Amino acid sequence: MFCDVCKSKEATVFLTQIVEGKMQKVNLCESCSKEKGVNDPTGFALADLLLGLGAAQEIEKNPAGIRCPVCGFSQIDFKKTGRLGCSACYDAFAEGLSGMLKNMHRGLIHVGKVPASLALTRRRTQELTKLEEGLAKAIASEHFEEAAALRDKIRTLEAESFAQSEEPEPVNRIASLAEPEAPVLGPAPKSRKKP
Amino acid sequence: MKLSRIIANTGEWLSGSGPHDQIVVSSRVRLARNLKGKPFPGWAKKAERVAILEEIRGAVEQLPEMQESFSEKLEDLSPLERQVLVERHLISREHAAKGAGSAVVMNTAQTLSFMINEEDHLRMQAIRAGLQLDEVFAMINQADSELEESLDFAFHNDLGYLTACPTNVGTGMRASAMLHLPGLVMSEQVNKIINSVNKIGLAVRGLHGEGTEAMGNLFQVSNQTTLGEAEVEIIGRLNKVIYQILEHEQNARQILLQQRAETLLDQIGRAYGILCHAHSVTSKEALNLLSFIKMGIDLGLFPSKNRLQVDELFIETQPAHLQKGLQTTKLGAEERDSLRAALIRAKLKQMPEPEIGKIPTTPTTTTQESTE
Ligand SMILES: [Zn+2]
Ligand SMILES: [Zn+2]
Repeated sequence: MFCDVCKSKEATVFLTQIVEGKMQKVNLCESCSKEKGVNDPTGFALADLLLGLGAAQEIEKNPAGIRCPVCGFSQIDFKKTGRLGCSACYDAFAEGLSGMLKNMHRGLIHVGKVPASLALTRRRTQELTKLEEGLAKAIASEHFEEAAALRDKIRTLEAESFAQSEEPEPVNRIASLAEPEAPVLGPAPKSRKKP
Repeated sequence: MKLSRIIANTGEWLSGSGPHDQIVVSSRVRLARNLKGKPFPGWAKKAERVAILEEIRGAVEQLPEMQESFSEKLEDLSPLERQVLVERHLISREHAAKGAGSAVVMNTAQTLSFMINEEDHLRMQAIRAGLQLDEVFAMINQADSELEESLDFAFHNDLGYLTACPTNVGTGMRASAMLHLPGLVMSEQVNKIINSVNKIGLAVRGLHGEGTEAMGNLFQVSNQTTLGEAEVEIIGRLNKVIYQILEHEQNARQILLQQRAETLLDQIGRAYGILCHAHSVTSKEALNLLSFIKMGIDLGLFPSKNRLQVDELFIETQPAHLQKGLQTTKLGAEERDSLRAALIRAKLKQMPEPEIGKIPTTPTTTTQESTE
């Protein structure tokens, strides 16, 4: 069997990874596996490698000839390097990327850490939306005292976000805990106890 | 601060202690971050990379936890110095290959290191001895929170932190632990474990080599996905799996002791004999034999005061470490092998022979009282 990368040398390193039920296989020769950093313990390498072999085709779902308006990166560049040009590329190539991301990750929406400055804005926006809904309801049902109170709250909140206060925020939006998983490895073999 | 002064001391992740550190050698969390609106390092022009480097390096050096630190451009480090940092797991192999526009900043304890303009503008890691994924995540998360006050990181409302490679988008986090699993290798269970762990989107692989070919019986467990799951969930899943592997390794050793004590003693004794008397040892042979000595210490066959010496040999026998004290030009493989053998002989001189009485070699003896 030949190496998937150089297609000339005999493959001696075989990698298999199963992500969300999809099996991906890569066969490499000794020198390509070294070059691709398969032996590097950083953990970044294998996924990159799998991406280089096939997943990159996904980006072709974008209309041909599209370029990132910020950095000028094209699909052809991505196919060559397996890397994007800048952060704006994620919007420029969004269509093709979403299929690729679906294959390689556990979801399509980030649920982890948010920079504190954005977390604050995000939380305020959510709160404002809620208050405004309440206000509309109060007006509709002619509860004018409640409506006045809500309007005051909205004004305070808007003034606060305008002032961009620097209060520290908990940075992790901890998502609901993952459903309990069955033990992965099965029960460990019990050692015989000494009498 | 000079690099030579930093690398004269063994890093905290090797010399320090932590929970389960006999089997879990180290825990590490790495975060990838990029500056908003700037091209990623692989696509940026040299002048842009240099500007990005200056901006990030300044911010990193200002961190309170980096007051005692080493900071250097990659172009100002010799190939040997870079390789030493790779062998210590302080920079990646990819980073070591970078030239102008890249830099590394690390603290003296070598628990925190920042790679500037690797594949992403910034990759920062915390590493400690033993099973401490929660602690190292807290350390690097803190540094990240401090940095975001002065650096504008690229963050997408849906996709989270944006990275040069879509495989790292979301949390931008790789959490990993290095495990020493001689029991599972000897009892031929390690491939089964690797396969089951891979099925749940985590990866286990040999530190140097694949599967059972792993040198020194060292394995790395890490997360493979970064989007759709919070950092704490990813680390929680990893911890759970590591505890299971730990238990399997301990059981495998118990079963070996009870059923194959003679084989076990033979392997450890041979490793000791060869390492104490050999005059030429390859890097691979050294790691594999040292692994048996390390297990011998875990089993009480050697005094525990020799543990650090043996652990240090795992790093000091690597090619760049062997040559770091020398002013000569690059050594050939044969010269390295004999230098390695001499180093090991010198270090193991103070270590007594294995105390084989600690292990009853006839597993069926029921009359013998256990000494523990
Ligand atoms: Zn090849
Ligand atoms: Zn772009």
